Amino acid sequence: MMALLRRAGLLAPAMLTVGILLILPLGLMAFVSTLERGPTGGVIWSQHTADAYMQFLFERDLMGRLVVNTDYLHIFGRSIGLAAITTVVTLLIGFPTALWMAFQPPQRRMLLLFIVTVPFWTNILVRNYAWILLLRNGGVVDWVLTKLGVTDQPIDVLYTPFATGIGLTYSFLPYMILPIYVSLEKLDRRLIEAAFDLGANRWHAFRRVILPLSMPGVVGGAILVFVPGLGAFISPELLGGAKSMMIGSLIQQQFGQSRNWPFGAALSFVLLLLVLIALSAHAARYRRGGIKR
Amino acid sequence: MTAWVASRHFVPWRFDLWRFPGTRAVAVLALLYLYIPIVALIVLSFSAGDSSLARWSGFSLHWYADVLGNDDMLRAIRNSLVVAGFATVAGSSIATMAALATAGPRFRFQSAVEALIGLPLVIPDIVAGIATLLFFVMVGVPLGIVSIMLAHTVFAIPFAYLPIRARLNGLDPALAEAAADLYATPWRSFRRIVFPLIWPGIAAGAMLAFISSLGDVVISYFVSGPGATTLPVYVFSMVRMGVTPAVNAISTLLMLASIAVLTLSYLLGRRFQ
Repeated sequence: MMALLRRAGLLAPAMLTVGILLILPLGLMAFVSTLERGPTGGVIWSQHTADAYMQFLFERDLMGRLVVNTDYLHIFGRSIGLAAITTVVTLLIGFPTALWMAFQPPQRRMLLLFIVTVPFWTNILVRNYAWILLLRNGGVVDWVLTKLGVTDQPIDVLYTPFATGIGLTYSFLPYMILPIYVSLEKLDRRLIEAAFDLGANRWHAFRRVILPLSMPGVVGGAILVFVPGLGAFISPELLGGAKSMMIGSLIQQQFGQSRNWPFGAALSFVLLLLVLIALSAHAARYRRGGIKR
Repeated sequence: MTAWVASRHFVPWRFDLWRFPGTRAVAVLALLYLYIPIVALIVLSFSAGDSSLARWSGFSLHWYADVLGNDDMLRAIRNSLVVAGFATVAGSSIATMAALATAGPRFRFQSAVEALIGLPLVIPDIVAGIATLLFFVMVGVPLGIVSIMLAHTVFAIPFAYLPIRARLNGLDPALAEAAADLYATPWRSFRRIVFPLIWPGIAAGAMLAFISSLGDVVISYFVSGPGATTLPVYVFSMVRMGVTPAVNAISTLLMLASIAVLTLSYLLGRRFQ
């Protein structure tokens, strides 16, 4: 009994902090998304409406009729698309990198791991800002290309969806490399040797042994890249232009210029649902035993 | 580690079959991709040139002098350190307590409790920032340094929790039992037995919490008021208004701060492995 009480006491601060400062606010956000927007911003606490969710798909035209508006759907589509592309590109770069790292001698592996972890922990704002210096017209890349004689035109890459993609890929590459590396590193080497002994060539050993056994790392990495990519705010704000707006900036606008809190809360809530769906699909796969940890 | 030592004699590292063609080239390019922007930023922060051109024009420290002479920036640096300090101490203490509770025999709601502790890591920053902002506005917490501290503490907890928990997992439960047999109170057993053994984990967790608080832009951006901003939020608004070389200098300082803390934690971890 005493042990139980002591445990409850030890857990209480964490539960209370997360409960009051995160769960409660998320609940409040869901509540605000059902409220009527105040005339000068803010909300009317006593009036409920589904306007915020309607606004996602419809708008009122000059005559007051509801017409379909796909602008917001486009922004969600672009966010999902950019997050998916980022996931695929980081996977294509990250898997071979992790494979190479995992088969290095142990001392060098530790060092390589550290080298990959440093950008992971380095300020994300600073890392995206650095790309402005590289990509802007007259910037480093432009200068190098001109010197090499590849082009004498300004490259005009900054403030495009392509620049956002570069920023996202750059920000999340370590999130892909690290889980794949972990699953490859603890992979039992004897299994690969057995494959070689049984006459498999490198490609077969890779295809039939290494790849299936590293799937948990691949899936984990994909989740770790896709989920934050969906809600990314810094990369599209700094590197993307007005034409490549993502969900994050749209949400932020509702609390800035647009002063439409219920709509902003509804957008955040939809984003949260997308993230939770992605995460629970992942968890369900583990529970079914399709993939063993 | 031991598993590897055992297999050392069997695994032919130089055996050709273990090299997958092309992976090395990709890996080298990936590492270059990760580091070129960082190096470019650091180099350009020492360039004497004017802001409009991102290219080298002589060595100079005067952008650093600009930073140190800018009162707003110094205030933002101070705010950041105060916030990160508070969030680190509060977050690691809370996380240590929680880890002590979850490290024992499993209890009924353990997975739910662990999911709740890890929740801040999976919620998109922007959603957490918005929700916290709405909550503070409704409850009447003034937006400023206190609101940022509270928000950062929540996010410091999981970062600190994971390494502490990992360290506790490797702890022999017989040690605490022996202390209890010898009539040590739980507090005394923690202070004399458990803490000296897990402190590298606590230190690593605290450093991660510190770095993540120092690096946070999005949550701070929403819950900071006009009066008090943290350094990343200040830099963010500067960058959005246009690139000035002082941003290069301050960004380099921010980055070096994270790298310094990280290297420290890496060396600490290696010493205690």
